[in-house]
Amino acid sequence: MVKNIKPDISVNIGNLDLKNPVMVASGTFGYAEEFKGLIDLKKLGAIVTKTITVKPRPGNLPPRTCETPSGMLNSIGLENPGIGVFIREKLPFLKKLGIPVIVSIAAEDSPEEFSVLVSQLDKMAVVSAIELNISCPNLQKDKLISQDPEETFALVSGVRKLTNKCLITKLSPNVTSISEIALAAQEAGSNAVALINTLTGMSIDIYKRAPRIGSWVGGLSGPAIRPVAVKMVWEVYNKIKIPIIGMGGIMDTESAMEFIIAGATAVSVGTANFLNPKASLEIISGLRQYMADNNIANLSNITGRLQACKD
Amino acid sequence: MEKLQIKTKIISNKKLKNNYWHLEFESGLIAGNAVPGQFIEVKVNYGTDPLLRRPISIHKVNKAGVKLLYEVVGRGTQILSEKRPGDLLDVIGPLGNGFEYLRKTARADSTQVVLVAGGMGVAPLVFLAEKIKSFSPLVLVGARKKEQVLCSREFKALGCKLIIATDDGSLGFKGKVTDLLKEILSKESPADRPINIYACGPQPMLKAVAQISCENNIPSQLSLERHMACGFGACLGCVVPTKAGYKRVCKDGPVFLGKELIW
Repeated sequence: MVKNIKPDISVNIGNLDLKNPVMVASGTFGYAEEFKGLIDLKKLGAIVTKTITVKPRPGNLPPRTCETPSGMLNSIGLENPGIGVFIREKLPFLKKLGIPVIVSIAAEDSPEEFSVLVSQLDKMAVVSAIELNISCPNLQKDKLISQDPEETFALVSGVRKLTNKCLITKLSPNVTSISEIALAAQEAGSNAVALINTLTGMSIDIYKRAPRIGSWVGGLSGPAIRPVAVKMVWEVYNKIKIPIIGMGGIMDTESAMEFIIAGATAVSVGTANFLNPKASLEIISGLRQYMADNNIANLSNITGRLQACKD
Repeated sequence: MEKLQIKTKIISNKKLKNNYWHLEFESGLIAGNAVPGQFIEVKVNYGTDPLLRRPISIHKVNKAGVKLLYEVVGRGTQILSEKRPGDLLDVIGPLGNGFEYLRKTARADSTQVVLVAGGMGVAPLVFLAEKIKSFSPLVLVGARKKEQVLCSREFKALGCKLIIATDDGSLGFKGKVTDLLKEILSKESPADRPINIYACGPQPMLKAVAQISCENNIPSQLSLERHMACGFGACLGCVVPTKAGYKRVCKDGPVFLGKELIW
């Protein structure tokens, strides 16, 4: 018997309504202009911008990327034109798309910079949500904010007072207990957590006996890290109440579904954008198909519904 | 033109000699809109290893398709060389800015155009030579040895004046192609008539061409090669230092003016 189900794949992240749960991850989608002509941008659930800082940043020494088994290392170093140029030159294009725009932000030296950025973005109607990138591994810091629950709490609760917009805290996998950090973000008033950022890694050219990227170490992304990411989403899902945006090596519908079943309310497509710009749109239609085929009316019917392993 | 991502059919994929291969794929649209110096991002496999596309410059175009000249240097290009006619190939292109070249309206005898190629650098310069053949470009092709000299027949057929340089002297001028360029420029001065240099090849060669052209006050356009993750400006991975800060080889380049780069 064929049932005519029209699956509902809309989701809510705090006060942010998404028509579908598929977004594009920060740093893998530029400011969306770069993908013009390659995909119909209006179909995306949301766009997360390349991370913005207060001042322009030139970024790290090249070479900045290298390929690794089923993955890649990057050390871009948050190259961006700064908040002023972003608002003047990049935001108008994003506004025209009419889909939720999530602006990723980071501080270079002092956590105060987050407050400056949040205050400015709070005034912009086109900004639907703010992602706090406290987990970039490429800033040559000894310790990241997201590697300390107290610092995470302090940072998030500080900016929470400055805006009613949806706040998403992006977490690092380079920690002993990611759920501890996720709990701190939740307690501090974050509306959601996004995980995972890249895992730190290194690759060596044995003929030159030199690291293959200019800053020696970088962040590993791509399908190589997917099992780590899925496990962390599952672990955090069991500890917190706020929604999770899951990411880490999502390439297609199947890999996106893993994250949803593990507990992610929404997913972000990252590295896949580089090699298959259509990946996110393929996942949106793939999700609908999966739900229709399996007679699932609402995405929430499968979110986090992980069952025990059956032989 | 906007770039396209398409799955298209391979028309042919043949070994030229040594590790050098020619691959031709169908796409009148990409062919019709491509500019010399632009490139194609090729996905060589369906799986995730190797993960990223391979950027390969456009060698020739015709009504039906695009021809690439590539060298098998690693696993990605090895897999590409195993493709057969009729196989589907996932490509994105045309990408990058391409060369700014003289149009036919300029008087053919008014400008001396010099193309400098090192090794695989011949690939985009054949496409360029085709577009500017009315200027009878002078083409300098450099390689380590005779066996690595590519495309001499193509350049001659286009009516170019061809001079070959090999490091070991097994063919033509003995020495670097940039030494050959210096020697030629010592005889012809830009005061006599304007000279334009276009170059593609390994980094040390391009650096030398930039130096020579700046010293002689000759405009030069250099096509660079870098490891790329995306190929269309999103990842900011392939940047090079320029006088105006870092620029992306994939989107702001691959062609840069000799005078704007910092080495």
